Amino acid sequence: MNDVAILGAGMHPWGKWGRNFVEYGLAAARAALADAGLTWPDVQYVAGADTIRNGYPGFISGATFAQALGWSGARVSSCYAACASGAQAIANARAQILAGLADVALVVGADTTPKGFFKPVGGDRPDDPDWLRFRLLGASNPTYFALYARRRMALYGASTDDFAAVKVKNARHGLANPNARYRKEVTVEDVRASAVVADPLRLLDICATSDGGAALVLTSVDFARRHGVPNPVRLAGLSTVTPTFPKTVLDLPDFATDSAMTVPPPDRPFRAAIAHAAYEEAGLGPSDLSFAEVYDLSTALELDWYEDLGLCPEGEAEALLRSGATTLGGRVPVNPSGGLACFGEAIPAQAIAQACELTWQLRGQAESRQVPDTPKAAIAVNQGLFGHGSALIAIN
Amino acid sequence: MSDTQQRDTKARRPAVDGWFTAADGTTRLLGTRCASCGTPYFPRNELACRNPGCAGPKDGSELAPYAFSSRGRVWSYTDARYQPPPPYVAADPFRPFTIVAVELEAERVVVLGQAVPDVTVDDLSVGMEVELTEGVLFEDDEAVHTVWMWRPLP
Repeated sequence: MNDVAILGAGMHPWGKWGRNFVEYGLAAARAALADAGLTWPDVQYVAGADTIRNGYPGFISGATFAQALGWSGARVSSCYAACASGAQAIANARAQILAGLADVALVVGADTTPKGFFKPVGGDRPDDPDWLRFRLLGASNPTYFALYARRRMALYGASTDDFAAVKVKNARHGLANPNARYRKEVTVEDVRASAVVADPLRLLDICATSDGGAALVLTSVDFARRHGVPNPVRLAGLSTVTPTFPKTVLDLPDFATDSAMTVPPPDRPFRAAIAHAAYEEAGLGPSDLSFAEVYDLSTALELDWYEDLGLCPEGEAEALLRSGATTLGGRVPVNPSGGLACFGEAIPAQAIAQACELTWQLRGQAESRQVPDTPKAAIAVNQGLFGHGSALIAIN
Repeated sequence: MSDTQQRDTKARRPAVDGWFTAADGTTRLLGTRCASCGTPYFPRNELACRNPGCAGPKDGSELAPYAFSSRGRVWSYTDARYQPPPPYVAADPFRPFTIVAVELEAERVVVLGQAVPDVTVDDLSVGMEVELTEGVLFEDDEAVHTVWMWRPLP
């Protein structure tokens, strides 16, 4: 059996607090430990998800959090994988547990973000594609989201009102989520009235950048049982696959796709491949999902994910959305937490926050945003710069 | 001296070396191509062919300079209504600009570029034919810095 138990989940609320990221991570770690009924000295392995915008402590986040909690001799790792950083930290912890090297692991990610568009880290680096795309193209992150959105409109007849409807749905889902940054009803008219940032996307179509922290306590299933939790929420699949050559989808911070001139494109494009690998590992498929948390960096991107997850055939995401299937109470609610629309992105914490939501939902503890009828299985997915992405499947 | 005259006397140079050429009157993106498997790369890849199935030496010796097709079809497009952060060098006052993703049929790649300044999203549609040209990215005291840009075919 390749499952590990998610024994504890904890978050520091998302916002624009402007404080040191360590504070958020510490609060989240303590909350996750309390949720698990464990204390810091019980932790044998701590996995940090790094932030690259907070100096050296951010690059060795595992040690930063371990020090903040009080040096305990726990083994440590720190990793960076753009938006998938949190998932890779979870993967590191899971591997330790599955290898029998540790019974109890703590995963922590936290970020403090600057105002405005994400920009490349400082200094002149004319051989860094992330620097060059700003320099030579003026291509910010919303540029790429907008290119995908326009493509959906041209290929599948999506409308800007479909994109707005994603925001309206997610805003409603997150209304009472105590960890969400934006807890306010949004109407299609509100979205229409917000400024165009990158045509066809408006300000309310694009996720903000946020401060926040999230943590998980992972243990072996045996440990959880010995600890008095016979049926913990379990992590049944976790994929952090890289793309397959040729990667034919334009990705941040690319200037161009790989060429498909000599090798045909892979059967599954990158995002679909990320999800597929997690399905294989968990022995589940899209029809087994009770709900999903997807990376809605933009409203339109949430629709792409419906297809990449196999919730509907290609080109039918708008119809799925309009049917109400992805709204709480529907067949397969998407982003019951409110998603990035309500949180904004706190990069290294975000995939861990998704896992927290899966845990609370699968335990039936999500209060007014609870997915009805005792959810059994769920997936959380994300994608980030430089060929990173993750999919995580949790079951109850 | 007018702005135009000043621009005429200033040096005109690419904002990046070796990524494009306008030498023979046609603007082309410059990259490399694997002599062993035939895969082209933009931007220039001189390290090793990245096709895992390629049986070439993969020490860079298989990669030769390659000039890409100068025409393609719009894959998607957008614009920048707000000034991007540095290292983008924006005009003062900032002028919104259009960005186009273009599919090159021969090379089977999608490549990004700004559109020429007077082209807006309203002038574009997915599938439309465009060609490469050279345009001004920014201007400073020393020079006019140029870059590749897409423009719709007449």
